[in-house]
Amino acid sequence: MEHQTFGGEVTMPHEAPGDDSKKRIWRTTWILSGITILELGIGYLLYLTNFSEGLDLAFKGAVIILSLAKAFYIVSIFMHLGDEIRNLIMTIVVPLVLFVWFIIAFLADGVSWKNLRNEYNPKEQIKQEQEHTAPAKEGGLK
Amino acid sequence: MAQAAAVNTKWWSGGKSPFNVEYGKLMMWYFLMSDAFTFGAFLISYGTVRMSSISWPDPNKVFNSFPLAGHANLPLVFVSLMTFILIVSSVTMVLAVHEGHHGNRKGVVKWMIWTIIGGFAFLGCQAWEWHHLHDQGAWWGRNPFANADGTVAGSNFANFFFTITGFHGFHVFSGVVINIIVTIMAWRGVFERRGHYLMIEKIGLYWHFVDLVWVFVFLFFYLV
Repeated sequence: MEHQTFGGEVTMPHEAPGDDSKKRIWRTTWILSGITILELGIGYLLYLTNFSEGLDLAFKGAVIILSLAKAFYIVSIFMHLGDEIRNLIMTIVVPLVLFVWFIIAFLADGVSWKNLRNEYNPKEQIKQEQEHTAPAKEGGLK
Repeated sequence: MAQAAAVNTKWWSGGKSPFNVEYGKLMMWYFLMSDAFTFGAFLISYGTVRMSSISWPDPNKVFNSFPLAGHANLPLVFVSLMTFILIVSSVTMVLAVHEGHHGNRKGVVKWMIWTIIGGFAFLGCQAWEWHHLHDQGAWWGRNPFANADGTVAGSNFANFFFTITGFHGFHVFSGVVINIIVTIMAWRGVFERRGHYLMIEKIGLYWHFVDLVWVFVFLFFYLV
């Protein structure tokens, strides 16, 4: 009864049971493990060598892209989102686009915060101004 | 049954679920989406503060120990173990879901038990790591590790590390508890009588999400 209400697409994978879905699980496992080993390799490379800042950032960017690939495989294969219909995929993925703004805006804010603190040193400047202007002000008051 | 594969089905024409999934599963997806924003907010605030700092402690110098290895310098080794434990427990979970699709009660229980063992193993590793860092003097508000450039670091590093890994560990712990409950239910034949193992799929989604979050915790705290 209940089986019929839900329909086969919910209680079973979308492809017929007994097909290559188990093979797909194992293939994904090897892909995830392989990417993790590659990431660790880059981690050690960064630890053992002293790259220029640009090369260092390039490798870190590569690790971030590899992690995004891992996220894609986990969500699409292990969580079976890739097997759902387009409507469901879109209702989950489209709101996550907010992260694009979220990351750019906040990291840029962090960088700007650092630059402002590096370039601007208010305490000393005020002191200097006071030293220079104090006698004049006193004179002005009298 | 065949309608699921039809490309021209008008999902929004009314009279049917436009998402074609059961209520609980859809709500699990929405919960996970909101949880992704919570973790995202944590990680991005960590990134913002780290970007705004002139220097930051080097993870290879902070996380360089392994249980029973004494003072050997082993960067990345222990966290690799933790990462592989979570990947393996994710695989056993997806195999439990797979057995559920075939209505194989024994298979579901077997792979769920392996998933629970993986969860406990991960929590054990995290407990050890927290204990070790606490022994070294790190805790919320206390950070004994110097910046990479040799200057004294504030407590931001420790605060973010304990808050984010703690929040993730709390998710793992909740996941293990729910895994135990649904395993007992599966073992007692509750889902068999219900005619489907959708509950295993739903907790499976949660468990994979926890693994997904760890991908990024691992990336931003230990690798870059």
